[in-house]
Amino acid sequence: MSGPSSYEPKTAIERWLDSRLPIVRFGADLMDFPTPKNLNYWWTFGGILAFCLGTQLVTGVILAMHYDPSGAGAFNSVQHIMRDVNYGWLIRYIHANGAAMFFLAVYIHIFRGIYYGSFKAPREVLWLIGAAIYVVMMATAFFGYVLVWGQMSFWAAKVITNLFGAIPVIGPSLATWIWGGFTVDAPTLNRFYSLHYLAPFVIAALVVLHIWALHVPGNNNPTGVNVKSKSDTLPFHPYYTVKDGFAVSVFMILFAVFVFYMPEAMGHVDNNIPANPLATPAHIVPEWYLLPYYAILRAVPDKLMGVMALAAAVVCIFALPWLDTSRVRSMRYRPQARLYFIIFVFDCLLLGLCGAHEPDEPFIRGLTGFQLLDGDITSYLWVSRIASLYYFAYFLLITPILGLRETPLPAPESISTPVLAHPAAAPAGAAAAPEKKG
Amino acid sequence: MAESVAGGSADHSPDPSRRDFIHIAVVAAAAGGVAAIAWPFVDQMNPSSDTLALSSIEYDVSKVPLGQQVTVLFRKQPLFVRHRTPVEISKARADDHADLRDPATDESRVKPGKDQWLILIGVCTHLGCTPTFGGGEWGGWFCPCHGSQYDTSGRIRKGPAPKNLAVPDYAFETDTKIKVG
Repeated sequence: MSGPSSYEPKTAIERWLDSRLPIVRFGADLMDFPTPKNLNYWWTFGGILAFCLGTQLVTGVILAMHYDPSGAGAFNSVQHIMRDVNYGWLIRYIHANGAAMFFLAVYIHIFRGIYYGSFKAPREVLWLIGAAIYVVMMATAFFGYVLVWGQMSFWAAKVITNLFGAIPVIGPSLATWIWGGFTVDAPTLNRFYSLHYLAPFVIAALVVLHIWALHVPGNNNPTGVNVKSKSDTLPFHPYYTVKDGFAVSVFMILFAVFVFYMPEAMGHVDNNIPANPLATPAHIVPEWYLLPYYAILRAVPDKLMGVMALAAAVVCIFALPWLDTSRVRSMRYRPQARLYFIIFVFDCLLLGLCGAHEPDEPFIRGLTGFQLLDGDITSYLWVSRIASLYYFAYFLLITPILGLRETPLPAPESISTPVLAHPAAAPAGAAAAPEKKG
Repeated sequence: MAESVAGGSADHSPDPSRRDFIHIAVVAAAAGGVAAIAWPFVDQMNPSSDTLALSSIEYDVSKVPLGQQVTVLFRKQPLFVRHRTPVEISKARADDHADLRDPATDESRVKPGKDQWLILIGVCTHLGCTPTFGGGEWGGWFCPCHGSQYDTSGRIRKGPAPKNLAVPDYAFETDTKIKVG
C-alpha cells in the first residue's frame, strides 16, 4: 500500500511468518504510514467513525441475540430487551444513539472533505467510496429504525418504500417486490432484519477499500499542498494514534451524555406505540440525519420530481470531484469559496429544520406574508424551496463557476512553510521541529 | 502470454473464428446459467402464495352511520367505507368539472344507485400514508405526512399526491353487503 516497508522481523517466528503471511508487516506498515504533520482535529473523524462502526457492530450482534424479527414479536422483543435483558437498555441505547453519533461524525467528516478539497485529484476514488459508505449507512439506519416495529418505524418504512413506487413503469412492481406483499408487513420486517445484519459488513468492506484508497495518495492536509518530502510527514503511530485516541475519548463523552442522560432525545414518542397499519401518526418525520433530504422531497410539488430531487441531492455528493473546477484544494486559500461553503453548511442545517416542520407552518411564528402558488411565502414550504435551490446551486453552479473565476490567495510552498513562518515558531530553528532532534 | 505475442496466433489457433466461437459460447452459457439461477433468488422476495391468498373480504356497509367512516383491513391495507351525507355528495358532484389533477366524475367512483357509499383504498397516492377522515379544505381526507388533500369523492385536490384515492374492485352482494377484491 505505502512505499517500501521499514518492518524488520526480529524473531525467528516473525521471520518464518513473514515469508508465509506478512500480516505483522502489514500492520507495522499501517502504523508507520507517513502522515502529514499538520493534520488538525477535523482529521480525527476518520478514527471516530471507525470507533462508531465498531460500536454499532458489537452492540448490534448482541441485540440480535435477543431480538425477534417476526411481525407479531418484534415490538415486544424490543420491550423485552429494554426491561428484562440484563443491561439490555444500555446496549440498545448505545446502538440507537450510536446511529445518530455515527451520522454526526460522518457529516463532519464529509464537510471537512469538502472544505479542504479532499475529494480532488488524486483522491476521487477515495471520495466515491466514502460517498458509497454514506449511502449504505443511510440504508442501514433505515432498516434498523424499522426493526423496532413501532408506529414511526412502520410509517417510515411505508413512506421510504413508496419512494420506489414513484419510478415510472417498474415502480409499483418494484415496491411490491420490496414489501413481499401488498404493503409493508411482516415479510418486509423479516427481510429488513436480514439486510440490517448484512449492511454493516458491506460498510466494513467499503471502509477497507476507503483506507486502501487513502493509502495510495496519502492524506490530504489543511493546506491542501502535496507532501513534498519526508520532513512534511510523521509516522501514523504514535502521533496520530494518540491524537485520534484523544478525539475519540472526547467524542465518547458526548456519546455517553446522550446514552445516560437523554437517550430518547432523538427518538419519537410515537415509536412506543406498536405498528398499526390503519392509522398514520399525526406528525411523521424521519430521524434528524435524514431531515434535509426529507425537506427537499417535500419542497417539490410533484411526486416523481420530488423523488428525483431527493436522489439528485445524493448524486451531487458523488459528482463533486468533477463539479469543482478549482485547482486549489484547501478553502483556506479560497476566501470566496469559504463564504459559499459556510452558507452551504447553514443551508443544510436550515433544510434539516424545514424537514422537522409541517410545510404549512410559518417559518417565524405569527408572521404571514402573501400566498404564492401553493403556499404562504413565509411558510416552511417556501423556505425549504429556497434552501433546496441553494443546495443544488452550490453543487451545480457555484462550485464549477467559482473555481474558474475566483482569485485564490497564494498557497504555501510546502506543508512546513506556514508552520515555520508563524510567529510562534520564532526563534527560528530550535523549537520549530522538535521531532527532528531525536 | 509473452510467448503467444511473440510467436503469433497462427501456431496455436489456425482458425481464430473457431476460438471466438468457443469463447462466445462459454460466456453465453455461463450468462444464461447465472440468469436462470438468479431469478429464484430475486423472485423469492415477491409476495408469497399465502400472502396472495388474502384476496377478498366481505363487509356489511349498513354498520356505518350516516356521515361517518369505518376503516377495514383489506390486504393488510386500510379500506375506507364512508357513508356520505347528501351535502357531501352534492359537493363532490358540483366539482365534477372543476380543475382536477386526476379527472374523474363522482358517479364513476361509486356503484349506480349507491351514491352514499364511497369505498376507497385508504392509502395516500403520494407515499402511502393513511389520510385522516374529514380533514382538509374539501372535507374529504387530509394526509398528515405531506399535506395532500382529498375531496368527498376521494379525488386529489391539493398537495403532492398525483392520483385520486383508489377505488378497489368490489360489488354489492346484497343491498348492504359488499365483497371487496
